[in-house]
Amino acid sequence: MKIVDSLRFRMAALFHRDQMRAEMEEELRSHMEHRADDLMHSGLDRSEAERRARVEFGGREKYKEECHDAAGGNLIETLLQDLRYSVRVLRKTPGFLIAAVLTLALAIGANAVVFSLLNALVLRPLNVPQAGSLYQVEGAKGRGPSQSYPDYIDLRNRNRSFDGLVAYEMAPAGLDTGGSPSSIWLYEASGNYFDELGIQPYLGRFFHSSDEHGANSAPYIVLSYAYWQSHFQDDFSVVGRTVQLNKNAYTILGVAPPQFRGTELFFAPDIWAPLVNEPQIEGSNDLTSRGARGMWLVGHLKAGVTPVHATADLNSIAASLARTYPKEDEGIGFTLTRPGLLGDMLGGPVHAFVAGLMLLSGLILLAACANLGSLFSARAADRSREVALRLALGSSHVRILRQLLTEAILVSLGGAVLGVAGAVVLLRWLSAWQPAPDMPINLQVNPDARTYIVALLLALVSALLFGMVPVRQVMKVDPYLSIKVGATSGVVGRRVTLRDLLLALQIAVCAMLVTASLVAVRGMVRSLHSNFGFVPQNAIQVNTDLDMGGYKGDQVPATQRRILDAIANVPGVTAAGYASRVPLNIGWSENTVFLDSATDYRLSNAAMEAMEYGVSPGYFQAAATTLLRGRDFTWNDGKDAPRVAVVNQEFARKMFGSDTKAIGSSFKIWSGTRVQVVGVVEDGKYKTLTEDPQPAMFLSVLQSPSSWTWLVVRSNRSPQELAPALERTLRGLDTGLPFTINTWEKELGIALFASRVATVALGVLGGMGAMLAITGIFGMAAYSVSKRLRELGIRMALGAQRREVLMAALGRPLKLLAFGSAVGLLLGLLATRVLAHIVYQANPRDPLVLGGVVAAMGLLGLLATWVPAQRALSVNPLLLLREE
Amino acid sequence: MTDQAQLLPGTLDLLILRAVSLGPLHGYGILLRIGQISGNALLIEQGALYPGLFRLVRQGLLKASWGTSENNRRAKFYELTVVGRKRLQDETDSWNRLAGAIAAALSRQPEEA
Repeated sequence: MKIVDSLRFRMAALFHRDQMRAEMEEELRSHMEHRADDLMHSGLDRSEAERRARVEFGGREKYKEECHDAAGGNLIETLLQDLRYSVRVLRKTPGFLIAAVLTLALAIGANAVVFSLLNALVLRPLNVPQAGSLYQVEGAKGRGPSQSYPDYIDLRNRNRSFDGLVAYEMAPAGLDTGGSPSSIWLYEASGNYFDELGIQPYLGRFFHSSDEHGANSAPYIVLSYAYWQSHFQDDFSVVGRTVQLNKNAYTILGVAPPQFRGTELFFAPDIWAPLVNEPQIEGSNDLTSRGARGMWLVGHLKAGVTPVHATADLNSIAASLARTYPKEDEGIGFTLTRPGLLGDMLGGPVHAFVAGLMLLSGLILLAACANLGSLFSARAADRSREVALRLALGSSHVRILRQLLTEAILVSLGGAVLGVAGAVVLLRWLSAWQPAPDMPINLQVNPDARTYIVALLLALVSALLFGMVPVRQVMKVDPYLSIKVGATSGVVGRRVTLRDLLLALQIAVCAMLVTASLVAVRGMVRSLHSNFGFVPQNAIQVNTDLDMGGYKGDQVPATQRRILDAIANVPGVTAAGYASRVPLNIGWSENTVFLDSATDYRLSNAAMEAMEYGVSPGYFQAAATTLLRGRDFTWNDGKDAPRVAVVNQEFARKMFGSDTKAIGSSFKIWSGTRVQVVGVVEDGKYKTLTEDPQPAMFLSVLQSPSSWTWLVVRSNRSPQELAPALERTLRGLDTGLPFTINTWEKELGIALFASRVATVALGVLGGMGAMLAITGIFGMAAYSVSKRLRELGIRMALGAQRREVLMAALGRPLKLLAFGSAVGLLLGLLATRVLAHIVYQANPRDPLVLGGVVAAMGLLGLLATWVPAQRALSVNPLLLLREE
Repeated sequence: MTDQAQLLPGTLDLLILRAVSLGPLHGYGILLRIGQISGNALLIEQGALYPGLFRLVRQGLLKASWGTSENNRRAKFYELTVVGRKRLQDETDSWNRLAGAIAAALSRQPEEA
């Protein structure tokens, strides 16, 4: 009620403003006339009486304003006045306006982009109903998010905490819809997947638990909306149509709704197929093997069940599984985590990365505020005469501050609008970006209402921050003194002022960003030239899965051999080999190994975990992996020959003590199979560029066949020439087999993805830091020169040398630059210790980086002070002295 | 005139309400009435009265209407509303309690404390 009344008053005051003013005027005049009447009675003449009455009344304009305030009229009116005035003032100094708005646009835009990332990756849940109660089951003690199908069945049937538990995994496949087969990615999902997640079909129907009747019993697929749009042109008659999935007939059941992009933020599938059909689709059966952990489990907790209870429930099942199946499940345990980022595997680094970015972009905003704060403070100093005049005319300090703040907010909002517009463009582009060739890796980071609100809040907060800097200055203005002496009375002091501190702070932040980005860029450059344990240059990879061509069992190695022989005969090919997987690609296989003396193959008895690759004879030569000792595989190391392996140095050292001892020694792999070491190769990078040396074993692919085929082809011809020749050769062997051809360097993009993104982000932020440093130093130097033009003129008139003039004019900004850079460099070096986790070989104690930062900051200083220096030197003492 | 006291903050509103309680008055009249009932002991700059009047009108304690004064001039007259009369009563009571308490405290001898 009170608020409504108050608003009514204010609105009335606003609309009847002129009437109110007139009435107020009349009332005050009436008062003075009554007073004059009384004074006349005491013997004064009328004009003297009226004069006395006016004097006695006091500051009439001031009281009128106060009356207006008291009547509730001034708030909106003053705001409008302030706005009009601010616009007028800002338009008078377009250079300042543009610099300020652009600075803020950059800073707020950067924050909007980073916040959208945070929003998409951390804050926004998966797009499913009741996402809040959805959890992913993660292996405890760093075992990763993958579980095996038999364990899943046990967990699903025996838990009392979940409404339902679904399992899914991703796989590539060849889909033939009538034309040529294309390579797609699918989720193989448990039958209850859509029902438990609460997703309704856009078209047709989904598959259900009731469709599952054992292995390969449900030849159905569901299309994603995007795939349906791009490959079936929104054709509503697709439901019921039969297509070929890896050469098997599958029926299209329906289409998923557009907003449902699967249950992993980064990986949107093209289609979904029932998990029970995995043997048919992938050609290998993981459904019955308790040790084959490749599925991700998510589910909604029952109402009232806390994650802690659910974890305890799962772990009691885990304990019972470990007792029943000690060989596979000994020591297993579970925790719960947020779904969408492959559990903590991606979640951990992603969260750290986003947090780091938030910190850096926050620093950018801080630097921008410091920059604008000193600009506004300089302006306030220049306007001290105007402020004094307004104070003398009866304005209050509060009123003037309010007006200055209105200016700050206007500038800030302008910057925010521009910044967000830029951010939206960038985010659209990011959302459409597919970093890895042939993989559905993509992230939706389009801004939503939250982004806009955050940008608005940031704009207001920064306006308050930098708008408040000149407060003390304004409060100190003494109208009488200021008008008498003139505006130039500001002491060009020796004291360290707030402006100096702000500039030093800003330069420190900028130098830190420049340092960090240089370290990152340098690390990136170095990582591209480091030793991977193979040579990606001049090598081409051909990737296919023979399942997609319908090859089974013994056909697989035979076909691989046929392809290899054909490719080896392509002109220009110097070496060729194939492997089940290649290092530094997405996904890897790690396996437990046992000492030769082991007889108990429980996990707890394992000697270590080692990377496992199946490679063909000639692979090492094609990959340019140096064979240090022993021999390569031969075609004689086949199915019936004794099992052999080539291991890397780390494996040899850990298992046998040295390279020489390794040759001829044996170890056992998971199922107890005995393997003899025949060769030792150099160490390499397998999972990530930043990893510590890992033990790795290369088994003969003939003895552990896999339909996954990565052909490595080394040649002396350019990839552009070779790729078409390879394609022709493969098509000549099988017209229906989908495959992809890429240079190894391009495939490495995935492994380098994280550090590449980090480098780009840091590079951009460093560039912004540099720009802010330029505007900051420029503003300070230009201001300092313009303030002291007169003094400089006198110095020159008295015969000062150019050098001395320059020192007088620019000494202080340059000193601040040096000091700020030194502090920033130190901070940057500290910060890069954190960077070292993401960026490969981020070594802060790199003389090139240190020199680079010093040179960069010096160059920035030179750039920023060039114009003010020219102005200082071109001072014409005669003109200047006459002017003032 | 030399012994005039500064007003305590907030007391002007109370004085205005008191002055108007005896009948409708215009601004200058209120000032005269305050002078009269306080024995000219208080120092009020004339213009300072008006922000107070506008504030009280806005709070609904006073209502204003234009009329003709005893000098035959147009003037705005103020009178108490019902709420205003109630407020005057409350404020007077609490002022008296406060003034009594402070007077008692100041008149005590140290040994009595």
